Amino acid sequence: MSIDAATVKHVATLARLRVTPEEVAQYAEQLSRILTLMEALGRLPTEDVEPMSHAVAMAIPEREDVVCHLNQREALLACAPESEHGHFCVPKMIE
Amino acid sequence: MDLARITLKQAADLLHRRALSAVELTQFFLERINAHNPTLNAYITVDAEGALADARQADACLARGEATPLTGIPLAVKDLFCTKGLRTTCASRMLADFIPPYESTVTRRLREAGMVVLGKTNMDEFAMGSSNETSYFGPVKNPWDHSRIPGGSSGGSAAAVAAGLCVAALGTDTGGSIRQPAALSGITGLKPTYGRVSRYGMIAFASSLDQAGPMTRSVEDAALLLQGMAGHDPLDSTSIDQAVEEYVEQLSGGVSAQERMRGLRIGIPKEYFTDGLSESVHKALQEAIERFQELGAQCQSVSLPTTAYAIPTYYIIAPAEASSNLARYDGIRFGYRCEQPEDLLDMFARSRSEGFGAEVKRRIMLGTYVLSSGYYDAYYRQAQKVRRLIADDFHNAFTQVDLLLTPTAPETAFRIGEKKEDPVKMYLSDIFTINVNLAGLPALSLPCGFDAQNLPIGMQLIGRPLQESSLLRVGHSFQQVTDWHQRSPL
Repeated sequence: MSIDAATVKHVATLARLRVTPEEVAQYAEQLSRILTLMEALGRLPTEDVEPMSHAVAMAIPEREDVVCHLNQREALLACAPESEHGHFCVPKMIE
Repeated sequence: MDLARITLKQAADLLHRRALSAVELTQFFLERINAHNPTLNAYITVDAEGALADARQADACLARGEATPLTGIPLAVKDLFCTKGLRTTCASRMLADFIPPYESTVTRRLREAGMVVLGKTNMDEFAMGSSNETSYFGPVKNPWDHSRIPGGSSGGSAAAVAAGLCVAALGTDTGGSIRQPAALSGITGLKPTYGRVSRYGMIAFASSLDQAGPMTRSVEDAALLLQGMAGHDPLDSTSIDQAVEEYVEQLSGGVSAQERMRGLRIGIPKEYFTDGLSESVHKALQEAIERFQELGAQCQSVSLPTTAYAIPTYYIIAPAEASSNLARYDGIRFGYRCEQPEDLLDMFARSRSEGFGAEVKRRIMLGTYVLSSGYYDAYYRQAQKVRRLIADDFHNAFTQVDLLLTPTAPETAFRIGEKKEDPVKMYLSDIFTINVNLAGLPALSLPCGFDAQNLPIGMQLIGRPLQESSLLRVGHSFQQVTDWHQRSPL
């Protein structure tokens, strides 16, 4: 499996990562090698195998719909790079 | 007694007899950290003030006769557990200034049991690595040989235990991150069954694989620490709602090692003893097998035929989950934000590109690719199917034997820089540990020998789901008749 520069750029856009031209070349080479390793999986017969998404077979637990955390707005906003008037701040999106 | 090499059990005995105070013990380790951390780089953050305050409380608790077996014990915490008010970086620039507004369930439980948190240990960035070289805060040195890696990702915790910079430590294990550094640093480490220990407040890497566990100087210490960590937690929806066994009581059950081991069936998976296993590790494992046989266990060859597919399976599933988990780092609510963003998209892309290191970005790219439209079935879905085949292999083996014995890592500690530039080579260091995470099983790594360079070798015991007590009992029996775990680089 070989990954080209255009695919690397597309994936970087999806992942919201900015990549330099050197990184594009490096990722293309490294990801191609890693994906070659993964092609082995296609050789296993798996038509009748149920995909396993979780290590323990259990139902998702439910709880009563009651408040369990009190208001922590100030504490949570304190973690933000920028906040104002009880809100997170981001660069202006609409003129 | 050399306090730097004291076990948790010995320290607890001294504290309970009031032969030593928690403040004295804590001061001792804080001084050792001051002296040796500049060289080893095992800790990212040391909380001297908080530790001494915890220790004073522990002493008061001991004086009132209300102490637990963990009261006053100085603990090192991997910098992936959120600690309220204490910086938690995950060894990333992204979280270099992050002060969590909440506490992880594991650290909360251990603090409530009276443990003293000395500080936060170094690790691979977001736990992605096998050598502790991807940390934003620099590599950790192996206390046995400063030119070598301690293993990863819980490398700081392993080095801190081996070098006597704490009594015990917490690690997390997604693909071997407790067991591999335990083996390479000559200590004991346990990855519990998936769901046995709460993941609440652990910074997520691959949520279907991550599990926290103890890293200690003996199996007995691991049992003591796990007792304080394990149990159902309503705050983690994947936490198993079953009573916790009495690990410490079950260690010996009042009978000798021989009596405990008689009739035990140990499986030796033949796929773990092939190419790529170094001669010294192979030899140490052979000797361990003989030792188990002398103790009365029956060792027999078993087959786990899908073993060779574990690396590709893991390196699809783990990066896929990571790319999704790490989408939360967007420069808005917490973590790093780039300077002067032009617009929202520029802020996302630059904050992430500047905040994450090379290996983390590589895995986000890989995970995004295998989940992307057109490739999902070929990679991710196929990996989930093979994951089931791997889990079935273990299930079948456990119809014939009680537990499995394997090497923990194919070789002893490699040199800093040796594999850093070659991700495929680095990924292969996890070949004996990742299967266990994919299947969700408990596994214990403990020392079983040394190579010609005096570097420690570890072996791995793998058990059935929720059979931690069985692993601990067998590991403890081995440590009663061997002294590998008592060797120290000090």
